[in-house]
Formats: sequence, structure tokens, C-alpha cells
Amino acid sequence: MTNITVDGRLLEVDDSDNLLQVLLGLGEDLPYFCWHPELGSVGACRQCAVVQYMNEDDKRGRVVMSCMTAITEGAIFSVQGEKASNFRTSVIENLMLNHPHDCPVCEEGGECHLQDMTIMAGHRDRQYRHLKTTFRNQYLGPFIGHEMNRCITCYRCVRYYQDYAGGDDLSAFASRDRIYFGRSADGVLENEFAGNLVEVCPTGVFTDKILSAHYTRKWDLQSAPAVCTGCSLGCNITVSERYGQLRRIHNRYNGEVNGYFLCDRGRFGAEYVNSDDRIPYCGIRNTDGIYEANSAKNTLVHVGALLRDAKTIIGIGSPRASLEANFVLRTLVGEDNFYSGLSGPEAEIGSLLLSVLKSNIKTPSLAQVEDFDAILILGEDTTNHAPRLALSLRQAVRNEAKNLARDARIPLWADAAVRKLAQDARSPMFILTSSDDRLDDVGIPSRLNPDDIALAGFSIAEAINSHAANDDADNDSRINIASIVEALTNASKPLIVTGSSSSSPEIVKAAINVANALAKHNDNTGLIICTDEANTLAVVSLGEKSLPEAGAAADVAIVLENDLFQRFADAAMEDWLEHVTNLIVIDSLDNSLSSRSDVVLPAATFAEAQGTYINNEGRAQRSFGAFKPKGDIAPSWDWLLRLCHGQDLLQDVQHIDELLRTIAEILPELALIVNAAPDAGFRDHGQKIARMTHRQSGRTAMLADVSVHEPKQPEDDNSALTYSMEGANQAAPGSLRAFTWSPGWNSNQSINKFQDEISGHLQDGDPGIKLFTGSSAVAHFVSDKSGPGSGNIRIRVVPRWHIFGSDELSNKSQAIRSLAPSPYALLNPNTAENLNVQTGDALKLDSGDAPSLPVSIEDNVPDGCVICPVLETTRAYLHLSDGVLSKDDDWTAPDGQEDVIVSDRRP
Amino acid sequence: MNLAEENMISALSEQEITEIEEEISHLPNRQSAAIDALKIVQGYRGWISDESLIAIAKILQMSTEELDGIATFYNLIFRYPVGEKVVLFCDSVSCWLMDGDKVCAAIKRKLKIDYGETTSDGKYTLLPVTCLGDCDHAPAMMIGEELHHDLDAANVAQLFDEPGEKAS
Amino acid sequence: MTDKPLTRNITIGEPTDLSAYEASGGYQAIRSTIGKLSAADVLDMVKDSNLRGRGGAGFPTGMKWSFVPMDKTPDGPKGHKYLVCNADEMEPGAFKDRLILEHDPHQLIEGMILSAYTIDADIGYIFIRGEYHTAAKRLRDAIMEAKLKGYLGENILGTGYSFELYLHSSAGRYICGEETALLNSLEGKRAIPRAKPPFPQVSGLWGRPTIVNNVETLCNITHIVAFGADWFKSLGLGDDSGTKLFGVSGRVKNPGCWELPMGTPIREILEDHAGGMQDGYELKGFLPGGASTDFLLPEHLDLAMDYDTIMKAGSRMGTGTMIILDDKTCPVAMVRNLEMFFARESCGFCTPCREGLPWIYNILDDIENGRGRPEDIEILERQGAFIGAIGNTHCAHAPGAIEPLSSALKFFAEEFNQHIEEQRCPYSHASGPKSGRTH
Ligand SMILES: Cc1cc2nc3c(=O)[nH]c(=O)nc-3n(C[C@H](O)[C@H](O)[C@H](O)COP(=O)(O)O)c2cc1C
Ligand code: SF4
Ligand code: FES
Repeated sequence: MTNITVDGRLLEVDDSDNLLQVLLGLGEDLPYFCWHPELGSVGACRQCAVVQYMNEDDKRGRVVMSCMTAITEGAIFSVQGEKASNFRTSVIENLMLNHPHDCPVCEEGGECHLQDMTIMAGHRDRQYRHLKTTFRNQYLGPFIGHEMNRCITCYRCVRYYQDYAGGDDLSAFASRDRIYFGRSADGVLENEFAGNLVEVCPTGVFTDKILSAHYTRKWDLQSAPAVCTGCSLGCNITVSERYGQLRRIHNRYNGEVNGYFLCDRGRFGAEYVNSDDRIPYCGIRNTDGIYEANSAKNTLVHVGALLRDAKTIIGIGSPRASLEANFVLRTLVGEDNFYSGLSGPEAEIGSLLLSVLKSNIKTPSLAQVEDFDAILILGEDTTNHAPRLALSLRQAVRNEAKNLARDARIPLWADAAVRKLAQDARSPMFILTSSDDRLDDVGIPSRLNPDDIALAGFSIAEAINSHAANDDADNDSRINIASIVEALTNASKPLIVTGSSSSSPEIVKAAINVANALAKHNDNTGLIICTDEANTLAVVSLGEKSLPEAGAAADVAIVLENDLFQRFADAAMEDWLEHVTNLIVIDSLDNSLSSRSDVVLPAATFAEAQGTYINNEGRAQRSFGAFKPKGDIAPSWDWLLRLCHGQDLLQDVQHIDELLRTIAEILPELALIVNAAPDAGFRDHGQKIARMTHRQSGRTAMLADVSVHEPKQPEDDNSALTYSMEGANQAAPGSLRAFTWSPGWNSNQSINKFQDEISGHLQDGDPGIKLFTGSSAVAHFVSDKSGPGSGNIRIRVVPRWHIFGSDELSNKSQAIRSLAPSPYALLNPNTAENLNVQTGDALKLDSGDAPSLPVSIEDNVPDGCVICPVLETTRAYLHLSDGVLSKDDDWTAPDGQEDVIVSDRRP
Repeated sequence: MNLAEENMISALSEQEITEIEEEISHLPNRQSAAIDALKIVQGYRGWISDESLIAIAKILQMSTEELDGIATFYNLIFRYPVGEKVVLFCDSVSCWLMDGDKVCAAIKRKLKIDYGETTSDGKYTLLPVTCLGDCDHAPAMMIGEELHHDLDAANVAQLFDEPGEKAS
Repeated sequence: MTDKPLTRNITIGEPTDLSAYEASGGYQAIRSTIGKLSAADVLDMVKDSNLRGRGGAGFPTGMKWSFVPMDKTPDGPKGHKYLVCNADEMEPGAFKDRLILEHDPHQLIEGMILSAYTIDADIGYIFIRGEYHTAAKRLRDAIMEAKLKGYLGENILGTGYSFELYLHSSAGRYICGEETALLNSLEGKRAIPRAKPPFPQVSGLWGRPTIVNNVETLCNITHIVAFGADWFKSLGLGDDSGTKLFGVSGRVKNPGCWELPMGTPIREILEDHAGGMQDGYELKGFLPGGASTDFLLPEHLDLAMDYDTIMKAGSRMGTGTMIILDDKTCPVAMVRNLEMFFARESCGFCTPCREGLPWIYNILDDIENGRGRPEDIEILERQGAFIGAIGNTHCAHAPGAIEPLSSALKFFAEEFNQHIEEQRCPYSHASGPKSGRTH
């Protein structure tokens, strides 16, 4: 701690931060633009100026940029003094010279950092009378709008995009007052984290096109703190609504999980909530096989009767439904009749993950990932399968740079200086995957088939255990086991990353072995296992069995939010359906399974319902809906609870809080879930928490075309939130904060006011709670394979996830779908020869009507692998265990499509 | 070969590639040769077309955006076609003091172009330049790589060829 | 020994080739130094000589070099240390470095070898502005000659010391002359200045210790090493040591560049060397050290051209190349010309410079063209104060731009007011771009 004087006040502060960060942390209002808590300081905008005095006798002082000023003992500063504040006023005055002043038509208006800072810096009267610089805008893809005239040249966008997110297709062009931020030519921004530009840009240059399409000002949105269901990481989001439609997803700061950033699937993938495919009513199939819409009441009576008459009732849970819904279903059908509905590998990996979370091996949070200094990725395509993790890993490799900076006494916040000093020095990150990885540019990639990845993992573990690299394993020229072992054992914090994206439990077992071996010598060892979906862990905690065995008959099968056709081969599904007399589906969107059901109950989406999600680090987080669903649509747990009541089950449970307490009671392992967020009884100064800002305008007018009487706002009995601007709307606990706002800070950057330190935890703790702690040793696994399949020409279909296209729900959002790849088969020349295909050909399946896969040939695909994207249309290929692929002789390439493009974002 | 044909050449010549690789050979990474590479190619082609830019970016293993950000920063890298000779007229203070404006006006009259424009015969492009370091012989300018100084509005026009037909 | 060490070989015309350079004692300093004296000894010499940087800021060269860490880290390419010669010379009114570059390239090369030896650098770059084609060609030839003779490259003259020297020709922009922007440019990046600290001495080119010096500074090293610090000090007339290339441009009879002792009185430079004002013109003011220095007035003519004297008078020595404002030229138009240059050459990184200079230019353009408003003077003053102080901006470009402006507002206030009151320029011959922006 160091003593400094600010405006005559003596303060004791941390000297590892820069002055701006320190002052903001103290709650001071000091304007800034180019500095960002995650991007550090470069001193471009000059907005954060203060005056520094040499000593007590120095009365003049000199202007310094607080973001570029280190904290030194005895330093004397003035923030409020005239010299400092005049300078800041001039900065904003100059920044605004060329600004178009188009706030009324700007999407950023009302939550604009530039607006806030303009007011804060005190510039009002405009004296500039000359022409403004103007720019042409670019098409940047379906997600992000571009309005360059609003740019204030703070450089945040390129620093975020290039330096932080590793993108290379957004640059600063030209110079002086003509600097332009954009691409070389119109085109889709390729980085998977481009959407954060919307929040990183302090004004309205980069805007959210999804929001723009049905624009609403921040102050008119009704919002709720939610959890992203796009993958297993559980990023915190703010979901916002108006007129019964989802309007946008914004980042919701969580100091342990996503911090300031989301991936583009999470940000732009929730449009399915407004989809035409939503199931709007209850439906019962009549005797003619036709669906009939029916009232909730009638449908419940009908289902109640089915349940009473049935001898065998089974329930199939869902990795994307809430814990609550899965639990009520399990209660309704009985533990023995409850199945997770996960595919085999996913179920097995889920169980492995659960065992790790209960063991002595540590699973770090996303924020903690950034501290690890040697990383081994085994078979996990993070960017496409658990995207936000890739962004954290990209920061972790900078630890080497940070070490060099510490040695050279360059403060870590001096971003440009640290990068310059370090050049491309990086902490090691070994990437053992089957296809090109977006992290390859900062890692040490090796391409292996999934079996070989597992084998490599086992060898690494063995070598660590025996303190020597196994020569046998080392003869594989594609990877250098010894160097991996050396890096991991020399690291102060080694991290192993794996998951289900290769659909290989074997790889996960190998990863566990490696972590186990390292953990024996190093307490700081971390292991991350990513699963396919947001609540895999919840459903795995409730049931180990995945699907009833083939041929097991059921009078009634209730399937919760789960399109089983996505997970199981068609033949297996048909076989199963044969044995189900009454299929009841609870889901939000029409899918292959719901169209086969006898009864369908319309489920609310995450945007309309409350529920608990357990992410891949075992963190239980509560997600709240922004609005009441339409008509009879209800949260799945609510449907199921009503069915339970009809069966005299869970009679005491009316509200979600009782449900949570029941779960905690029955499943002590999950007992902490009740603490994931305050319950419905929570009050702030006697008030519930508002979902709308207190500037919400026009509520009385919204439905004036229907009736001039303003309807009563809906009540929310299940949470401490209101569907209204009435209520506390500033200082709610993080897990209940529907939006961030603080006087003078209308943008998301107001989060500064709610952190214990800048970029740190939220003042009242980060939302969510880690459920599992354990000290038991995790099992040691033995490889079930004999050796690399050399000489073996067995063809193997290897799944490849795509951030856009592989996720069932987000893929129903138009913008996401437009970026999804079309099916392809990627193989190396050798495999192609074995399969007798070349570029321009396609591969087909012997049976079924799955579309053929156009062939694309690349040298670095592992031998024997046919890499196939995980898409709705390619599921049939991915359910194959052995190769029954052959050339499609009838195939001709569609017109104009000469070559298959396999990369992620250039459709 | 005329400009239009020149523009069609997309890939780099062997000579260009050799020269670029030579620059790279004494630098710690390929990207550091960005400016040298742009200058080499411009030396042969007069300007940097989109095709050239893409080709150079490939050689340097960087994105087009990154390279274009560099190319557009510098005054002497031309991202638009220029004439056979670029006329760099010094508009800095010492030349201005010596009636540089009048000399420049005479040039513009003769070539019938303004700053930033190319004569219709494709011979000259006129650009302003910062002080050429010839202030004791102001006003000064460069035609191509040749420095001309002690210019005089009355006879500066003689330094330029008569406007001809558009080269075919 | 000579009293004009920098220009003794220069007779305008052909460059000094290697044999001529050697014949005049060239490369002797290398033979007597490398391997014979330690780097620390040479550094002491340079420190003792009181040599101050000739690139504009006048920072003591020996002190600058002393910040270079001397414990070599021998891990491959990352272990390099660099010496960079700043031959970007784009400051309007500056035309001194070209003289040496074109006519005595070996003088620079020898200076660089000695300097590199002193800081233990193994790689050097000469960063030359792109328009200096002749100089670049002659330097390239000279480097080749020196290499063949064993003065450059591996194991110089068998001493075990190695130094590679490369020429980098710039792609243009004044900001490349700013030493940290120059480093970014050498790295093939956009030439945006870097924040200091860290200083290049610690983390410069590709993150390695680097020294950047002006051409003239580096040339002086050879002579200091050859003839000693005391001799060098004795060359100066006042407190500053050595000689300096002084230049004069504008309406004088004999504009040019001369090597004269540090501390030569301005009047002597202007009247004896530049021959005084052209007939029919009178001296109204002058920028003593290039475009980014404050105006001085005829009353300052008897001051000595040394760093501190000029500083005390309210301006700067800068490059030592004076620009003369005569009585028939409009001072507002002259400042407008200067600000057009500064606005155009802003790198665009920091707000005051990027936005503030074009505004200043626009106002000056209005005033000059009869569209000035009474409040414009106050805006110019406010903008000047806002942009003008070192530290207000990311680099020294913008503060440099304000020096001629704020001094003009002070010294030529009457002319500014007259323009605004009469809504026209009282100097008939002044004409220029009639309106619009800086481009
Ligand atoms: C905008 C700007 C342009 C500059 N241009 C040059 C230049 O062209 N040549 C030069 O030697 N120094 C130039 N300098 C000064 C350099 O930054 C640096 O101080 C100098 O090269 C150091 O050399 P010295 O110590 O030998 O003087 C410039 C500085 C600024 C701020
Ligand atoms: S003052 Fe700022 S904008 Fe101007 S050249 Fe320096 S860094 Fe660039
Ligand atoms: S925030 Fe400090 S200079 Fe931009």
C-alpha cells in the first residue's frame, strides 16, 4: 500500500494499479475513453487527465494522464482543480468537433459512454463552425452495424479485437483526423468475439444489429439477470424485452465467470425466443393423428388421466432445461424411471466431470484461467464448443509477457509497452485436436485423431508420474511428449483443458490422469472439462442413465426440452418410439421429437422463466426471465409441478423457492443452490428489484391502441424482481441486477461502481455459488487402446463443432444460421485416396437420407479421419461408430460452388 | 504496358518476391518487412493495388487488414493508381515563403490538375509534400526521383513534358 | 585537428568516397578505439564532451547512452541491442542532415560504429526519409564499401566486435522522425509514437535496448573519439560544446547551411553567412530552430545560438535551421502554412493533436481569408494552451506545433486583429488555398 494525496485527501492505495484505476475504484467520477479495465492503458484519448505536483511547494503542477500514471509514495494529485478540469473539458470539446451529434437516431443513445463523459467533463457550448470529417460505413456481417462518423478514435475497438481477442480483420487505417476503423472491404467480421465491440466501443460506431432490427432504448427495455444457455460455461447475461419480444442480450459482469465479455453465439443467438417455431399452445393429438390446440386446463386433465392409467411412466430429462424442471420430472416419474437424455459419450463425460468436481483436483473459473502459465488442451475445440473459455486461454498465454514486464519493471497496465517488450513471448499452450483450432496462433498445435489424443494424454500422465518421458510414446513424430511434460511440470500453474467436443470419454479420462499426475506435485494444477450444454451437470447429478434400453416399453414417456433426434441415431430413435404409447413433450420450439408427440406442452424459454443452471465448474447460477411468457406458455418446472400436484406429489411446493429448498433437502449434494441468488422474499429498503430503469417511458402508452386503461403490471411471485420500473433499481445484488446504472453512468461501464475493485469481484460477491467441494482422489484410468492405429485404414468420423450452427437453439436465430457452415467432409489426401474421393466429390452414408458431404482435402487432417461438422443435417454421420462411408457417385457440386469452404466465418 | 494492364497483374513477380525475402532475412519476423515489401512492389508497379496488397500480406503472413492499416498510414505508399511520375511539390514553410504557391499554381495550370490528381495522359500525379530539405534553394519539388529547386513560376512549366495523348 | 570537423570533407558536389575519407584520417578512430578502449571509456569521453543531441531536443548524448543496460543477454535474436540513426529530416526549414548524408556518408558510418561499440549494439539502422534518394544511394554504396573493407559486419578489423548496419528508407510522414514512432516504423508498423517510460534505451526496437540519435549527433562522435572531449568542448563559444550546422532560409541574400561554433550569435549567422535580408525586405521575426520553435524578433538578433540562451529567450534551438519572416509576408498566413503541415502530419493517435490542430488550421484559414471572428483569438489561445504543453499530448509533435502559433499570437497580435477587423488579409501578395480543410 502506498500513500498519495488527491485533492488534499491523504489516501492509502494499491501501487500496482494506475491512478485512473485507483480513482475509479474509490468511486471517483473521472472521465476516460481509451482505457478499459481489461485492455489497460495507452494514453490515446487524453480524457483522464489530472494534475500532478512535484512536491508541496509546486503550485502549478503539470497535466498527466491518470491512466498512464503509476502510484508512487507521496505523490500529489488534483482531480478537481481548475487546470485539470479545464483540460478535460477541452478534450471532450475537441473529441466532439467531428462527431455527428446524432444521438436521437443513435442506438447507443441513453447508454452512451460518450454522452456520459461529455456531461461529466462539462463541455456544453459548441464553438466549432467548420466542416466535419465524414466516413463511409461498411457491412460487417449480420451481427454488427457500423457507423464510423460517430467514432472518437479511442482505439479501443482494434485493441480489443486484435490484441485481446486475436482477430486480424479489423484495423486502424489512414492517419491524422482521417483514421478509420474497419475492414479492408465489406465483409463479416471473423472473430467469434466481435460482438463485444458493441460494448467496448464507447459510442455508437459498432452497434448490435439484432437490437437495431427492433430497436428500443435501454431505458425502455425490461431486463433480467440471466445465464447464457449457449454452452456449458454459464456466462452471465442481461436479457431484455419490450412488447413481449426479446430485444437483445448484453454482457452482465461476473468477476469469476465472463467478466466483461461474451461470445457471439451467446450475444446474438437468443433470437430463437421470438421464433415462428415457438410452440404457442398446448396440443393434443386427436384420434385422427391431428394436433388440436387445447387449453392448459384440459390438457393437464388429459395428461393427468394418462399418468393415472399408466403402468410405466418414464421421464427423460434435458441438459438445456433448468435444474428445477429436471428435478420435478424426476420426482414425477420416480428416480428409477428418470433418464438424463444425454448421448452416451456426453453422459459418460458428464459423470467424469462430476467425479472431478467432487475430487481434490481444482477446476478454475474463467477468471482464474487467466493466471495459468502452461496449458495442455486435449481434444477440446474451445472456440467452437465452449467459446468464452478460448478468450480466457488467449489471455493466459500472456503470463510469460507479464513475467518479462515484471522483470523489466514495466507496470502490467502499460499495455502497449508490455506487448512491445514481450514481442511474441508466450506461456506454452499445447493444442492437441483433430482439426485446426482458432487458438493455434498463440499455441503449439498438433493434429491427431481422437484416439491418438487420448493416447498422448495417457503417455503424458505416465511420463509425469514416472518423472521421465516414455520413449515408446515419444516415437510419434507429430508431438513431442517430452516438451509437453517439461512445460507442465515446470509451470507454476499448469492447466489441462478437455471436454466433449471430440465426443471421446477416453480423452477426458486421459486428461484426468494428467491433472492427477500433476496435482500430486503441484497444488495449483487445474482441470477444465467442458460439456455440450448449459445444464449437463444438473441432469447428470440427477440421473446416471442416459436413455431406456432398447426395447423397454413405456405407457407414458415425458420428454423435457430435449430433441432426442439430435443425440441418437434415427434408427435407435424409431425403435424407441415404437415402444412408447404416449409421448408427452415439453418444449419451447418445434423440433423432430415434438412433431412425433401425442401431447405437447409449451415451455417458456430462458428469457421468460426462472431456473438454475450448473456450469462446468459446478457453479450454480440463477437465471431470471425478463418477461411473462404469452398465453399458456409456462416454465417447464411449472408444467411439471402442476402435473405432480395432480398426482399428489410435491403438494407443499407452490413457488420456486420451496422447490429449491426441497431439492436441497432431497439432494444434499446440491444443497447450496438455494444460495445462488436471494429468494423471492428479498427486499432492498423494503422494495423489490425493478426490471425496468426508472426512466422507463411510455408504459402507459404502450397498449393505448388497445385500451386507454393501463393494465396492471404482471406480478412476479417467484422472485424478488418486479415487472415494472417501480422498485429498487440501482444497487441490487449482482445476481438480481437487471441492468447496471449509476448516476452519471448510463452505459454498462457503470459496473465500475459495483465492483470491489476495478475488474474484481462484484461488491456483494459474484453471482452464483460453487456447489461441489471435495478432497477425494479421482480414479486413475487405464487406456483401453493398444497404440496408434498405424496401418489401420479404419475410417473414423470426427465431429467438429461450429460456434454458429452446432448449437440447437441458437441455430434457430436467423443471424446465427446465416453464418453456419454447410455440411462438408474434411480429410487428408491419404484418406481421400482410401475412400476413392477427391475435391469436387462427395461422401454419402450407405443408409438413411442424410445429405451427402462435399469433400474438402487438407494436408494436416489426421490420417483416417473424416472431419464432419456438428449440424442438424449431419447428425447421422456423427452417430456412426465405424466407417460405412462411400463416394456418392450421383453427386454434382451445386452451381457456383467450386470448393467447400470449411472455415468458420466466411460463408 | 499501360496502367490498366499493370493493374491486372495480381501475383507478385519472382524478382519482387526475392527482394522481399531478402528484407525479411535480416529482420526478426516477417511482418516487420511490411513497409519494405510495399515499397519494393510499388517500385515496380507505381502503386499498391488491392491484388498486390493481398499478395504481399500473404507473403508476410499477415492479414490484408493489418497490411492495409500500415499502407494507408504512410504518405509515400499509394493505394490508388498514380501517373508515371509523381510530382512532390513542397508546400512547407520555407518554400511557401519564397512564393511556392505561385510556382505550384503554374504547375497546376500547365498540367491541368490539382493536388491528388493525375494528368489525363497518365504521366504525372501531383502531390504536396513536406519540406524536402532543400530550403536554401526554395521552392523545391521532386519529379519522380529527381529534385528540382530554385523554382520560378515563370519557367517551371518547362520542366514538364507537353501533355500528350493518353498512352495506349 | 580542425574547427569544422563535420564539414571538413565536404565540398559540394560529389560524395567523399572511401579512399578520400580514409586519406583525410577517416576510420582511424575505429582502429584506435575498438578493442583498445573499453565501451565504458568511450562513454566517459562522450559524457565529458557535453555533446547534446542535434535532433532537436538537445538531450545530453552521454547521459542517454548510460541508460542502456550493459549486461548482454545472449539468447539468439532476442539478445540484440540496436543503434538507430535518425535521418528522417522532415522538419520544415531543416536541411542540415542531407548535407552530410549526401556528401560524407562515411563520416556517419564511422560515428555509428563507434557509438554502437559504446553501447554494445550489434545491429544498426539508418532510418532515412523516403524522398532522399541520392543520399540513400550514396549511403548504400558507402555501407558496401565499408563492409568490404572490414569496417562493418562480422568481427570488425579482427577485433572480435561485430556490427551490422542496414539502411531503411521511409515510406513518408513527419512523425517517423519522433524516435519511438521511428522504431515502430522500423518494425514495419504504423508510426505511432510510444509512451515513455519505458524508454527505448531499455525497451526499444522489438522490445530490445535501443539508442536513437540524429545524424549530426552521431557524426560528432567520431571527432570526439579522435580528438578528445576537451578539444570538442573548446570548439563551442559558450557553454555548449562543439560545432553546429546552422542554416537560414527565407528572404535572405544567401540562404544556406554552415558549420559554426555552438554559441555563434544569431546576427552573425544571419548577416555574415546568410548575407542579410534581400533588398527591399526587412526582418520581421524568425523561427530559430525550424518549424516547431517559437518566433523570435529582431530584438533577439544578438543572442548566442546555444541551447540555454535561446530557451531563456522563449524559444528553442531545435534543429538550428532558422526560417526568416520578412515584412512583406503575412505572419497569419505563415502560421497557417505551418499549422497545415502539423495538422496534416499528426499521426492521429491522441485527441488534442488529431482534432485540435485541424481546428486551429481552420480558424487561421478563416482569419487569413477574411472570415475571422473576434472570438477566434480566444479560441486559438485556449487551443494553444490545451495542446501546447509537453505531457498534454502523447508525443512532442503537437506541442511543437503550438510554439510558432502562440508566439505569433503574442508578437503579431496586431496583424491578427487587423485581419479580423478588416475581414481581409492586409498583405496583398499572400494567397494560398482559399478555404477548406487541411487537405
Ligand atoms: C514530431 C517529431 C519529429 C522529429 N523528427 C526528427 C527528425 O526528423 N530527425 C531527428 O533527428 N530527430 C527528430 N525528432 C527528435 C527525435 O525524437 C529524437 O529526439 C532525436 O532523434 C534524438 O536524437 P539526438 O539525441 O541525437 O538529438 C523529432 C521529434 C518529434 C517529436
Ligand atoms: S501529439 Fe498525439 S496525435 Fe500528434 S503526433 Fe504525437 S501522438 Fe500523434
Ligand atoms: S483513458 Fe487515459 S488517456 Fe484515454
